[in-house]
Amino acid sequence: MTTLDLTIPAAPRHAAIWPAGLAGAVFWAAAAAITWVWPAPDDWPYTVELAIVMALLAVALGVAGLGGRLAGPRLRRLGPWAIALALIFGSWELVTAKLGLLPRPFFAPPQALLEVYLDDWRRLGESALHSLALLGSGYLIGSALGFATGVAIGWSQAIGYWVHPVLRLIGPLPATAWLPIAFFAFPTSGSASVFLIALATGFPATILTWSGIASVNRAYYDIARTLGASPSFLVFKVAIPGAMPHVFVGLFMGLGASFSVLIIAEMLGVKAGLGWYLTWAQGWAAYANMYGALLVMAAICSGLITLLFRVRDHLLAWQKGLVKW
Amino acid sequence: MSDYLAIDHIDQVFQRGAATSEVLRDVSLRIAKGEYISIIGHSGCGKSTLLNIVAGLLRATRGGVLLEGREVNEPGPDRAVVFQNHSLLPWLTVYDNVKLAVDKVFRATRSKSERHDWVMHNLDLVQMAHARDKRPGEISGGMKQRVGIARALAMEPKVLLLDEPFGALDALTRAHLQDSVMEIHQKLGNTVLMITHDVDEAVLLSDRIVMMTNGPAATIGEILEVPLDRPRRRLDLAADPVYIRCRSAVLEFLYARHRAPTLAA
Repeated sequence: MTTLDLTIPAAPRHAAIWPAGLAGAVFWAAAAAITWVWPAPDDWPYTVELAIVMALLAVALGVAGLGGRLAGPRLRRLGPWAIALALIFGSWELVTAKLGLLPRPFFAPPQALLEVYLDDWRRLGESALHSLALLGSGYLIGSALGFATGVAIGWSQAIGYWVHPVLRLIGPLPATAWLPIAFFAFPTSGSASVFLIALATGFPATILTWSGIASVNRAYYDIARTLGASPSFLVFKVAIPGAMPHVFVGLFMGLGASFSVLIIAEMLGVKAGLGWYLTWAQGWAAYANMYGALLVMAAICSGLITLLFRVRDHLLAWQKGLVKW
Repeated sequence: MSDYLAIDHIDQVFQRGAATSEVLRDVSLRIAKGEYISIIGHSGCGKSTLLNIVAGLLRATRGGVLLEGREVNEPGPDRAVVFQNHSLLPWLTVYDNVKLAVDKVFRATRSKSERHDWVMHNLDLVQMAHARDKRPGEISGGMKQRVGIARALAMEPKVLLLDEPFGALDALTRAHLQDSVMEIHQKLGNTVLMITHDVDEAVLLSDRIVMMTNGPAATIGEILEVPLDRPRRRLDLAADPVYIRCRSAVLEFLYARHRAPTLAA
């Protein structure tokens, strides 16, 4: 113990005990006890497993709480959430499985969600991968085309003359409005969906890239011109880097739009993916599966946005006052 | 004609819709190699316009600019510009800002490592090598101007064009940077054309001071020789009779004979 004290001289800043961790341990232990001991009117599978997971959480928090120095500042920040989540899961278990206060098939208890992930992970995983593949190809095509179009109309007045009116008329149309046409115009529902997602992504990417190019400080062009810059140098070394802050706003908006088009396309036409899983689960009145799929979707969408923000923070380190995601 | 840089009968007229405004009328100036020339005048006298014409960023309505006897009418690395602000591209580091210019000018003639050494040499010259990996947003205004000067010098231009390069700086930083520029000019013998509205700065740095009349249709009112020996030291000059005479000549021109239009009104 003494050696430990010596190796961490910063220890005095943290108390030896982490109170929020201990409180979290108590609440998770209570949730585990309720789950395990309280008799339920129905015999839900995986109830014991859920209780074990909760108990393990309680033990982990308890260890971190007592050996306060094990808990670093990042873990400590999560303390209030550990307590809140224990309360949420405990009361969720109470009002669904134990007391049956909420209408039965629509509200599943937590162990039903656990059951979905443990028993149906293969189908859910395949759906997620399929969704990601579809989203990825549509999004990449859409953002690449949108970026190129935005640069072209931002730079060339001749291209702007022809493309701008088309963009103005067609662009604001929701991509989903093309759905019926896309599904018979394209050979497969998959390619139709890629088209729709690309369309949804492309519009904001185009507009924001364009506005980014237009908003680049004229002085930067003068600087480059005094270095003897050629037109292509001005585009690639000045206009595009200068437009990147706007481009990322467009890519962010495009990503949001692509999510909704993806799910709608999968619900209505494509026979795979998370959107399809949702309608499939609804058909079987498997509400727990729907919640499970929604949670996976949330994780994927949030993860992709986080990824986009990471890329942006890396590329736009020069820009001040960026929003932290 | 043996003039290094010649500004030859330049008129500049801007046309916006039906309105025309004559900014410069019949501006002519001959500059010898290695000369340090300041252009001074009240705001709105078209001195920046003149510099932009020499830089090639602006086409003169009539007349032209000759550099070593050849007409120049578009920007080029033989005339490097240091702008008042926004001199650096904010997404590039200090090193990359200078490297951009060096690569542009010497891509064909120097190897990669030679170009790297040249970038570092010029950053050293303005004492900015320590900040090579910083971005413009992370350094002070004075440091940014240093880097802008390093970039301009790194291009080995025939003429250095300085557009109020110290205008946005605080007095101490300004004095410090003026000394640096004087030293560099002494060492490298650049031909410099500098815009300024600071009388002391003009007298301290220049071989000749070009005084512009007020706009519209501004032109050169008077040219003052500054016969002070180099190297010049700001402290010694404060009591120097030649310095005092030059200074009051400029002041007299600016505030007695050609008062700022807003002050006169």
